[in-house]
Amino acid sequence: MDVLSAFEILVKSMLFASAPLIFTALGGVFSERSGVVNIGLEGLMVIGAFAAVVFNITFASTLGGATPWVALLIAMIVGGLFSLLHAVASVSFRADQVVSGVAINFLALGLGVYLIKDWYGAGQTPKIPQPLYYERIPLLYDIPIIGPIFFNNYITSYLAIFVAIIAWFVLFKTPFGLRLRSVGEHPMAADTMGINVYKMRYIAVVLSGVFGGLGGGVYAQTITQDFSAGTITGQGFIALAAVIFGKWHPLGAMGAAMFFGLAQSLAIIGSSFPFLADVPNWILLSAPYILTILALAGFIGRADAPKANGQPYIKGSR
Amino acid sequence: MFSQFNRWQKILIPVISVILGLLVGAIVMLVSGYNPIEGYAALLSGSLGEGFYIGETVRQITPYIFAGLAVAFAFRTGLFNIGVEGQLLVGWVASVWVGLAFDLPKIIHLPMAVLAGAAAGALWAFVPGLLKAKLRVHEVIVTIMMNYIALHLCNYLVRYVISDEQNTTERVPESASLKSPFFETLTEFSTMHYGIFLALAAAIIYFVVLEKTTTGFELRSVGFNQHASEYAGMNVNRNIILSMVISGAFAGLGGAMEGLGTFGYGFIHGAFSGVGFDGIAVALLGGNVASGVILAAALFGILKQGALIMPLESGVPTELVEIVIAIIIFFVASSYIIAYLLQRLKKGAK
Repeated sequence: MDVLSAFEILVKSMLFASAPLIFTALGGVFSERSGVVNIGLEGLMVIGAFAAVVFNITFASTLGGATPWVALLIAMIVGGLFSLLHAVASVSFRADQVVSGVAINFLALGLGVYLIKDWYGAGQTPKIPQPLYYERIPLLYDIPIIGPIFFNNYITSYLAIFVAIIAWFVLFKTPFGLRLRSVGEHPMAADTMGINVYKMRYIAVVLSGVFGGLGGGVYAQTITQDFSAGTITGQGFIALAAVIFGKWHPLGAMGAAMFFGLAQSLAIIGSSFPFLADVPNWILLSAPYILTILALAGFIGRADAPKANGQPYIKGSR
Repeated sequence: MFSQFNRWQKILIPVISVILGLLVGAIVMLVSGYNPIEGYAALLSGSLGEGFYIGETVRQITPYIFAGLAVAFAFRTGLFNIGVEGQLLVGWVASVWVGLAFDLPKIIHLPMAVLAGAAAGALWAFVPGLLKAKLRVHEVIVTIMMNYIALHLCNYLVRYVISDEQNTTERVPESASLKSPFFETLTEFSTMHYGIFLALAAAIIYFVVLEKTTTGFELRSVGFNQHASEYAGMNVNRNIILSMVISGAFAGLGGAMEGLGTFGYGFIHGAFSGVGFDGIAVALLGGNVASGVILAAALFGILKQGALIMPLESGVPTELVEIVIAIIIFFVASSYIIAYLLQRLKKGAK
């Protein structure tokens, strides 16, 4: 294999594997920046994948080529609604946010597989009729050498990068973003300044559901193309790792998600590269997790969480 | 977690959570066109209706007790060990490995294999404990990450080290097996094994260590108030590490029960078994005390075993129980609101 085609495979598989992680990680950034820990990202991806696949199968004949895109929209709505449970528990009911996140993960998988069995009579749906495909970007694709590498991918991969930049702008350049972050750093101070802490946290958690659902929908419609109990296995937790490794910053999370996506795809295709053939694949598969632990321990730059992350805000308490 | 509630609330909150969970399950069955009474009847007869099912239920309860004790032990010291899943897995593989690697008389071999499981789990939990104690890294994230490292490492070990590129290892020899011909004949050849005795013994050890020893007092004290404990001359860092190590050892033992008892071999896992995550629910539901954990583990064992029979008897998909468990966890986590409503009810009655 020559260097150029090796590079092409690397770039393509990185963009391919990282798009769902980027979306979901952005959701995690919003939620955690507002002070709500979201272990439930995995479950939000599951419910998004479920919604997208069921919608795709049901409406493919009426909507045709537009199906996967409408399905993504549905996945976002369902994810947002589902995350309300986490919001109610962790913001209003003052639940332990980690435990509530665990419940979200259980519920999403249980409900998804239960309904699939009820509707399709099996633990696995049929393949979706209208998946997303590689698409060539007009003009840019015609650039020699780099065109076919960078501009013949899933649209969702470009969308993920674009949305990450938007998320950065919203979080760091708008009053809304400032409020959201202040609620996660010092809710009491934010409350005194007239910011509605509960409202901001609800919005942030629902945003995490919208993005998590989108991530799950993208994953199901590009990678697995069906839904079963094994569709989402740990991708939500990789996204969570990306949030932390990216230091709770949208662009950092995007970079981390791309890197982790690359590591995941290397674990599958790595044996075709001579310099990776001797690395046991468990190290590549575990790389996101090992690196996140090292980052948290301060070996790769210190990662500090938003100050009020994980603490329910009780109005009037000191 | 329940420390801010009084005695009767501590008992009522889990009971109400379970009832609400079962209620939501019934509604889900109704909406999707099943008869909830038939569904739950099938669940009960599928877990307790015949000798075979009882044996399977007891076998199911065994790892739940260990997982519940593991999570509960860490909780009592103010730590959240969400990594039981991974610790259980490394315990499983380590015990099978020792079971296969040696040829010894049973009286040495079996304890050695069981302890290898405990040691592996303890080692896996030592890492987050150390990072928490020395560098103040939050244990929740580290234990989650350690889960996945365990999954991939164990799969690698099973495929390339313990077996010869197979998906399963060989069966552990009789000298390292927890299998019980006596229980098997008693329960119409279920997979029930001696592990349940070890689980009950572990619960007693849990109680004695936490409630009756100085070490246990220190561990609980650190859980209540780190600063006060430090002021009183306790070594907070040492206690954090110790708590995680003991918690991990319980989890590792749970894995050894699966490796030496239920299955008798190790295999490649595509995803987690979920026992470790269920352990969180078991611990919370059991109020983090030994007797509560046993009761909660029994409930979960019955639910999980009954769920397997439910589709055959009543057509209700197995996953109904996952939904019920999720709702139970949700309400136990939101215990504040249940306590609040209870208080309102009480005031209303007066």
